[in-house]
Amino acid sequence: MVNLGDRFRDLGRMDALGSQESALHRLDPRAKVLVTAAFALVVSSFGRYEVSGLLPFALFPVSLAILGEVPWGYLLKRIGLALPFMLVLGALNPVLDREVLLHVGPLAITGGWLSSFSMVLKLVLTVASAVVLVATTGVDGVCQALERLGLPQVFVVQIGFLHRYTFVLAEEAVRMLRARELRSNGHGLTHREFGPLAGHLLLRTWDRAQRIHQAMLARGFDGNFHMLRRSSFGPRDLLFLFAWCAIFLLLRIVNFPMLMGSLVSGGG
Amino acid sequence: MSHHIVEAIELCHRYGDGTQALTEVTFRIHHGESVALVGANGAGKSTLLQHFNGVLLPTSGAVRIGEVPLVKETLRDIRRTVGMVFQDPDDQLFSPTIGQDVAFGPLNLGLPPADVEARVRAALDRMEALSLKDKPAYRLSAGEKRRAAIATVLSMTPDILVLDEPTSGLDPRARRQLIGLLRAFHHTKIIATHDLDMVLDLCPRTLVLHEGRVKADGATREIFADEALLAACHLEKPLTMQGCLMCGEKRGI
Amino acid sequence: MADALLSPAIGGIMWAASAAAVARSSRKIQQELDGNRIPLMGMLAAFVFTAQMINFSIPGTGSSGHLGGGLLLAILLGPDAALLATASVLVIQALFFADGGLLALGCNIFNLGFLPAFVAYPLVFRPLATGKAGQLPRALAVLLGAVVGLQLGAFGVVVETVLSGRTALTFRAFLLAMQPIHLAIGLVEGVVTLSLLAFLQKARLELPRPTEQADTAGRATVALGLLTLLLGGWVAWYASKHPDGLEWAIQRVTGQSELQGTASGWHGRLARVQATTAVLPDYQFKGSQEGSHAVTSLSGVMGGAMTLVLVAGAGWILHLRKRRA
Repeated sequence: MVNLGDRFRDLGRMDALGSQESALHRLDPRAKVLVTAAFALVVSSFGRYEVSGLLPFALFPVSLAILGEVPWGYLLKRIGLALPFMLVLGALNPVLDREVLLHVGPLAITGGWLSSFSMVLKLVLTVASAVVLVATTGVDGVCQALERLGLPQVFVVQIGFLHRYTFVLAEEAVRMLRARELRSNGHGLTHREFGPLAGHLLLRTWDRAQRIHQAMLARGFDGNFHMLRRSSFGPRDLLFLFAWCAIFLLLRIVNFPMLMGSLVSGGG
Repeated sequence: MSHHIVEAIELCHRYGDGTQALTEVTFRIHHGESVALVGANGAGKSTLLQHFNGVLLPTSGAVRIGEVPLVKETLRDIRRTVGMVFQDPDDQLFSPTIGQDVAFGPLNLGLPPADVEARVRAALDRMEALSLKDKPAYRLSAGEKRRAAIATVLSMTPDILVLDEPTSGLDPRARRQLIGLLRAFHHTKIIATHDLDMVLDLCPRTLVLHEGRVKADGATREIFADEALLAACHLEKPLTMQGCLMCGEKRGI
Repeated sequence: MADALLSPAIGGIMWAASAAAVARSSRKIQQELDGNRIPLMGMLAAFVFTAQMINFSIPGTGSSGHLGGGLLLAILLGPDAALLATASVLVIQALFFADGGLLALGCNIFNLGFLPAFVAYPLVFRPLATGKAGQLPRALAVLLGAVVGLQLGAFGVVVETVLSGRTALTFRAFLLAMQPIHLAIGLVEGVVTLSLLAFLQKARLELPRPTEQADTAGRATVALGLLTLLLGGWVAWYASKHPDGLEWAIQRVTGQSELQGTASGWHGRLARVQATTAVLPDYQFKGSQEGSHAVTSLSGVMGGAMTLVLVAGAGWILHLRKRRA
């Protein structure tokens, strides 16, 4: 399974980007998480037929990507991966919704196409902002932020464990799959084979969990996790938070593209 | 310093399915000693090791760390004195970053944050792993993981260090580095290993286990020269003590 | 479940429900004595996450399947830990693989985590799983539990999507599309779960028995969760009793005059309710000429903001309670 290894390498890459150095990286993770959440919320609040109002919002992921030195190819690739699913969903709307809502020159655009486009645009924006968030904060940073924003500690630890051991398990799985493939003579993995293969993986997972527990006990674990609190919220972070939220609100209320368009076309 | 003595008295352990893993194991290790535990696979090394910090409890007989007997009530204190380094570092590095892993122990001990930070730096520095502090475990090499895992135990400042196969899977350079680092420790060291050449370098005293019993307990060099004993325990001489491959001469040490 | 299908209001409600459930389960796990379940929970989540990406073909059907893991986790970990494990996988997927969207996370946790662990597992699997492993009653319990779990999840998606009004599909059409597919998926899930459990059984593992603790402090959270369920359920029931209203909305949009239409459908009603309660009723978005849903959008934002405040408030309250407990 080649793409299994790929997916995990991707996750690792995002993590690596998260531990780079930049002014953006140094901001308190909570500020970044909150701003990204606000972004997603505001973008989703646009009605199903709104398209032009959404466009200025690209300012957010683009500027952060530049400030945070997120490689463009990586960002585009991540968005590209999320697109197919959305395109399938979006393809339904033009079929069902045929009322013409807009005329662009000689073209008549139906509601279906508008809502499709709106959906895709929203997806691109939210995915981009999520990718930039992790690329400038790291998985660990996001988890810490979530914990300090009120997420239950046990759950944060859980996410941490999942993140940590996914790589280990993925490697084991890739090895098992490769070994099987070499003996498969071209036959794909059937559901019959999946049982024992996954079963072995499950057993090793179980054993490892026991050993980890022993290691935790050996270092004094008593059921409660104690965290080391680091970064503090400063004036920079506050500025970041309020500035962006204000921008989002402004962009939500005022449709700049329409404004500019009407100015140019003489008040149409 | 009596609280650094590691003692087993007629220690027996029988598993739930009836396997007798250890029979009448008796020995006494003094403060600062460096002892190797060798034996074939299945001889009972892991079982014995797991008694040192209470993962397993004796079925009969006793284990004493310092003057403290190993029972359920004393587990917490014993685990503060005995630091155990497992065979697979991935089992011990479970936090998002190495720094957090090394801080795990001191935080559980209830130390204030400033102390914890200091201990983390000291432990990582000792293992020449300070640069790994903010890295996640999955991006480390085998040697780095090994050193990081030891650091996670060192930060609790144990008096006794127990290590299970510390050199397995390491490339020659990492191995050499590890041996050098371990040599500098003044803790009591108990090392279970197949790497008999490392034993020659690090441990003046060796305990040989075979089928759950102590077959030999004494000076490393003498034991490794005893070919009959080694053969009976399914062992071999360390490579450095075997014949020279180039000229075919035997180098008895 | 994807972001683009959700309105902020529905998304917010489901977020609140999921957050409440996760908080409650977290607290229960925290209260356990030696934290034995915590590494197990983490590792099994990693296992499910990894296994989900291994596709296998089902010979004879020409399609491929993969493990969902909801029921397996519930059986191996108990409901609370299973919910946390599933939720953590969904969080990672939403954040790093954009597999569902952040707004839809609440829905996903509810559909794929809460429903299998707290409905399918205790109400379908446990009562049926009499007798020892390997015997027919237990096998049937697994199969049925998996199927029911997935059916519930699929139904959740349908309800949430339709209530959000972001897609042009009708309730009926969507339902008819989703449920049969998920029946097949559920069967595959059941079979795979069975074989995995059999594997574990052969290795004679000692599974930690989930301890059922008397929960005295979680009533508020449970109440909140149930309230959200009831709210969603009522609206769904109301919607299903008035399918005409949905078809009226579609008629208006697609221009097909299939059914007698009056502005009495629930969708029209909701729009009017929003119009009257909106703070700025005659606010027009400058330059928004694209659709007649301007009013709904603003209400949507406010609804979303209010929900967020509610969620934050609920989370904060829970956080304080946990600290005090």
